[in-house]
Amino acid sequence: MAGQLSIAKALNDALRKSLEKDPKTVLMGEDIGKLGGVFRITDGLQKDFGEDRVIDSPLAESGIMGTAIGLALRGYRPVVEIQFDGFVYPAFDQIVSQLAKMHARALGHVKMPVTVRIPYAGGIGAVEHHSESHEAYFAHTAGLRVVTPSNAHDAHWMLRQAIESDDPVIFLEPKRRYWDKGEVGATADLALHDARIVRPGTDATLIAYGPMVKVCLEAAAAAEEDGRRLEVVDLRSLSPVDFTTLEESVKRTGRAVVVHEAPVFLGMGAELAARLTERCFYHLEAPVLRVGGYYAPYPPSRVEEAFLPDLDRVLDAVDRALAY
Amino acid sequence: MTVKSTARARKKAAPAVPDTLRATGTDAQPELVQLLTPEGERVEHPDYPLTTTPEELRSLYRDLVLVRRFDGEATALQRQGELGLWASLLGQEAAQVGSGRAMRTGDYAFPTYREHGVAWCRDVDPLNLLGMFRGVNHGGWDPNEKNFHLYTIVIGAQTLHATGYAMGITKDGADDAVIAYFGDGASSQGDVNEAFTFASVYNAPVVFFCQNNQWAISEPTTTQTKIPLYRRASGFGFPGVRVDGNDVLACLAVTRWALDHARSGNGPVLIEAFTYRMGAHTTSDDPTRYRLAEETEAWKAKDPILRLRTLLEKEGLADEEFFTAVDAESEQLGLRVREGVRSMPDPDPTLIFDHVYSEPHALVDEERAEYVEYAASFEAGENH
Repeated sequence: MAGQLSIAKALNDALRKSLEKDPKTVLMGEDIGKLGGVFRITDGLQKDFGEDRVIDSPLAESGIMGTAIGLALRGYRPVVEIQFDGFVYPAFDQIVSQLAKMHARALGHVKMPVTVRIPYAGGIGAVEHHSESHEAYFAHTAGLRVVTPSNAHDAHWMLRQAIESDDPVIFLEPKRRYWDKGEVGATADLALHDARIVRPGTDATLIAYGPMVKVCLEAAAAAEEDGRRLEVVDLRSLSPVDFTTLEESVKRTGRAVVVHEAPVFLGMGAELAARLTERCFYHLEAPVLRVGGYYAPYPPSRVEEAFLPDLDRVLDAVDRALAY
Repeated sequence: MTVKSTARARKKAAPAVPDTLRATGTDAQPELVQLLTPEGERVEHPDYPLTTTPEELRSLYRDLVLVRRFDGEATALQRQGELGLWASLLGQEAAQVGSGRAMRTGDYAFPTYREHGVAWCRDVDPLNLLGMFRGVNHGGWDPNEKNFHLYTIVIGAQTLHATGYAMGITKDGADDAVIAYFGDGASSQGDVNEAFTFASVYNAPVVFFCQNNQWAISEPTTTQTKIPLYRRASGFGFPGVRVDGNDVLACLAVTRWALDHARSGNGPVLIEAFTYRMGAHTTSDDPTRYRLAEETEAWKAKDPILRLRTLLEKEGLADEEFFTAVDAESEQLGLRVREGVRSMPDPDPTLIFDHVYSEPHALVDEERAEYVEYAASFEAGENH
């Protein structure tokens, strides 16, 4: 796959490859047919694979999720698109009470190979319910796998891996990065749940995922001008978490800052900080710090920049970590 | 003039609703498809003809008796502390046996948690149903073995699974059909209404089988609906029919028709089986707090088993030997269930970790290892 692809195009291509590879793969969602989805991620797929495999659904998220479960029970491999993060809640019961628990309820007799794609997080100047980061709800639910790519290569390969998984996968797409371009390699170089060190460093570890990886990379570049070498780990998978990679990095640097858009309180950062503290206690020079959204509903877009972690807030946390 | 009389005057002045727009079922009793009256008289219905051999009638009788016996045994086992809870089907045997026996082998049932009679018809081992009520699993049977899905406790959620499964049947080009079981309470759930929509627009071969047993725990059907439930179907664009849910023959005939309608590419059907929950919602419920004994007594006269027995006796289709044999078989079933439940072992606690995922998951694996080590530390201590 030579050349630079946007994340949107890399995802589109991953869906196409998955549809080509397995006739049991079907896509379901609102406006994913002729329109190609509101973000055009499914652009052209209904034309090429037919209305039977790229299905425009009634406008009912629980219905989409529940019928996807039924299709999975019949041997299909549904890939569901939820139009925006804030619209997933009508489907929450079907995801949490049915999709996540079916395999355990059946003592392993049935599998739930369902992928739920959700454009998430903010920064696009949208109205309410279009900018939320709800990853912790899903990661908190045993039975779901939760992943989120930050670049075109991972977007492509992680989506293909998610679709091939026999377990349900919540696939969170950082919508404000949809148009960021990058090289998509010819093969997946990592397993679905591996973290990736995207920038090596020695003074502190920045841990991020999805849309915040770019912010952390920019922060690390800026810090280098001040002579600080920050390591950046792209978590990629939120359930399970690749603690092996995190532990190795944090033991080496002695400091860690977790960055996400979701509110800090009970967010992924809380879990990561607790576990890294347990695992790396004698190597830590400072408490694991967290940078994230505030404990408030996602704000109106004119003030969202104040809500979202940016380069300065990340570096401010790095300063605090280094000051210990 | 008082406020009350003003309100009355206003109401009087309101324009009359044209008959064609009238949505209430109070002025005319909806037709109830019935082939066997409570008195045991066989009647015909022009739309749902049914021919049955004496052997088939005897077989249905046997089903009804054994299902009731199984259910009664489970209730007793709960009272004895062997089960944590039981949801009795008492009174609904005909609705379940009639619809269950209408299914073909390739058809698929999506039950709530009360379809013990349907499970019986699908040849599911009754002991499989008891694991979740004993607390040794959450179901655990292989739904594809008998095409009987796992019990679903969240009200109405399974109607969407049934619809999705039916959509898959259409994609496969198969001529199977699905029954989605639910109750009068579930008819208020968004999921059920979404299932109606999806099934309708995709023409999915699914029969929505609503057992209107008049009560959703303590809430009567009037809390859920202002029109007879079967009429909801018309708003979604598919046929709805109300059947005497205590009439096993009518349930059989109507469901057979509905399944064939669905499998022939005509889309879904809603069947409202008008029946009655003779017992409590579950063994934890106390119906004396919210309904009158007179009501239950009145429904006793419509008992589904008694009317079939009357027919069999009146028409000379079964002799005393047959009834004695069914009773003996019923005793055997009770014994088997009793012994089966009592000898059902508690699972090893590592079951907690066994089926969370189908593929390895680092956190689950880690916590499992921690638990095993922790548990072993006690065993090691015992050796000292």
